[in-house]
Amino acid sequence: MSMLETRSTPSMLYLDGVHVSFDGFHAINNLSLTLATGEMRAIIGPNGAGKTTMMDIITGKTKPDQGEVLFDGSVDLTKLDETQIAELGIGRKFQKPTVFESQTIEDNLLLALNVDHRVRGTLFWRQSKAEAATIERVLETIRLTDARDRLAGSLSHGQKQWLEIGMLLAQDPKLLLVDEPVAGMTDVETHQTAELLKEINRDHKTVVVVEHDMTFVRELGVKVTCLHEGTVLAEGTIDQVSANDRVVEVYLGR
Amino acid sequence: MTPHILTRTLDRSATIFLIIVAAVGILLPLSNLLFPEGSALHVPTYLMALFGKYVCYALLALSIDLIWGYCGILSLGHGAFFALGGYAMGMYLMRQIGPRGVYGNPVLPDFMVFLNYQSLPWYWYGFDMFWFAALMVIVVPGLLAFGFGWLAFRSRVTGVYLSIITQAMTYALLLAFFRNDFGFGGNNGLTDFKDILGFNVQADGARAALFALSCLALALGFLICRAVVTSKLGKVLIAIRDAESRTRFLGYRVESYKLFVFTLSACMAGVAGALYVPQVGIINPGEFAPGNSIEAVIWVAVGGRGTLIGAALGAVVVNYAKTVFTSGPLAPYWLFMLGALFILVTLLLPKGIIGTFNAWWEPWKTKRDNANAESAAREDGVIEPKMAE
Ligand SMILES: Nc1ncnc2c1ncn2[C@@H]1O[C@H](COP(=O)(O)OP(=O)(O)OP(=O)(O)O)[C@@H](O)[C@H]1O
Ligand SMILES: [Mg+2]
Repeated sequence: MSMLETRSTPSMLYLDGVHVSFDGFHAINNLSLTLATGEMRAIIGPNGAGKTTMMDIITGKTKPDQGEVLFDGSVDLTKLDETQIAELGIGRKFQKPTVFESQTIEDNLLLALNVDHRVRGTLFWRQSKAEAATIERVLETIRLTDARDRLAGSLSHGQKQWLEIGMLLAQDPKLLLVDEPVAGMTDVETHQTAELLKEINRDHKTVVVVEHDMTFVRELGVKVTCLHEGTVLAEGTIDQVSANDRVVEVYLGR
Repeated sequence: MTPHILTRTLDRSATIFLIIVAAVGILLPLSNLLFPEGSALHVPTYLMALFGKYVCYALLALSIDLIWGYCGILSLGHGAFFALGGYAMGMYLMRQIGPRGVYGNPVLPDFMVFLNYQSLPWYWYGFDMFWFAALMVIVVPGLLAFGFGWLAFRSRVTGVYLSIITQAMTYALLLAFFRNDFGFGGNNGLTDFKDILGFNVQADGARAALFALSCLALALGFLICRAVVTSKLGKVLIAIRDAESRTRFLGYRVESYKLFVFTLSACMAGVAGALYVPQVGIINPGEFAPGNSIEAVIWVAVGGRGTLIGAALGAVVVNYAKTVFTSGPLAPYWLFMLGALFILVTLLLPKGIIGTFNAWWEPWKTKRDNANAESAAREDGVIEPKMAE
């Protein structure tokens, strides 16, 4: 690539004019979104708004038909695959909690650790003191220390959500994409999750949180973007967005 | 903390398995060689050859379990790697015949003289040297698996589609090896072997040594598989098996991992084939038959997928049954029985023999271990506040 073509922006995540269609259905329409380094952003929007698809685009699962997706100022994510994007430092928690069910909780975290992921390094890998400490710390944070030897498949839905957040912590990425983290959680757990995400954000991580639960979004207390039909409908504080006429309209149904 | 490689590789059942393989590998040949025929302790040569075949099948099953049981790659063409290893060994054995062939040609094997070959095809060069043939036993299946896997895994061919193209691969090789002009003896294959490393391949001593070597190869193959599956790489393989796409999002290059185990597995299958050929005395294109590969997968399913020991056990058990049934009046129905066995196992013992045994034994063992720990703690005067669930 020549120097002239290289775009550079000061933001951690930069989406501009992104389009995706599945068999003629426009899931993402001219989507533009910018996140500053260290920012946390909440994304809301009705079912099918394209929130998950947006994460698929950022993490390389879906290739956009059009538009720019830049990470950390200048890295063009549309040219990279899932593995490369993960190695750059983008971690993701899936909407449907996806953990390795037949392996223990501790092994799930171990797999997520931010270490050499190549074949040889993994074959001869031996845990260092620092890595063991990281796992202990994460286990404590997600309150699963006592369950460390249990199979992840035996966890409740809410615990799986936490384990997946724990895997994100072990992965230690620069940008975290968190899709519906509090689905299936009690009010107390929801509150704890909000606290945890705020703490992660205080550690200078950039975080994108997709969530339907408005109490939770309010608790995060960050800028909110409302998506609808694959495009940004409104952006601002939670109060501004929920007072927006068009947002009210799409949420209450036409 | 990560346990030392030896402790993690050799858990109790692995140790028991190795002891059994070692005992069989040492005692059987000794009893064949040391005790006279007719003695109650004498194992006849034909039985040793038969068991030797089972041991080679067990190694093939192990190689299949490594990729299928741990990484979810269902290869229905592993017989091809086994056969290629077998052909490499067969080529060495052919060249050892030298001028003792029917046509007395010092260089060309009989079938080449018969087909009017003027000189040895280039790909037969070097096979008069044992070390070269032994190397090819590993390199040829390994290279094919690497090339095949590189194309298939990079294009993310998985599941049934991958199984189908592995079948196509072995079938294509079957057709190629059937051709006389392919240079490997056509449908007769390679046979009438005389010597291996200067020893008569038919003699009891050589057969005993081949049997012991097969057991050694099985033990080594098992150790390699255990070392792989108990490493962190083994955890990645299971992660790929259970949630391939999730594994990518953690930064693992899934295709490299698949390529690694697939190639390793093919090399093991090649070694199994190479040890098989001198013991059965022939290698022909029939070994590439798609059905053979499917049968090998059934052994693994019967013994218990993802347990390694189960794969080896399944190979021996199913093949023993095959020997018994195909030599009796039920012979024409063997394939039906094999099919029925596969269906029954899938329905009734989805974890196979070893998997079912483990499922039954583990809770019992855990209870016993806990009880032991508790009583030990009580004796030490340690008061346990509560046992972990
Ligand atoms: N791979 C795909 N093929 C076809 N259509 C798809 C695909 N992925 C998403 N869609 C469609 O794109 C639209 C956006 O889906 P997406 O999952 O991004 O919505 P969402 O905002 O995450 O919704 P929810 O709140 O229900 O999770 C939906 O209509 C969905 O059916
Ligand atoms: Mg969604």
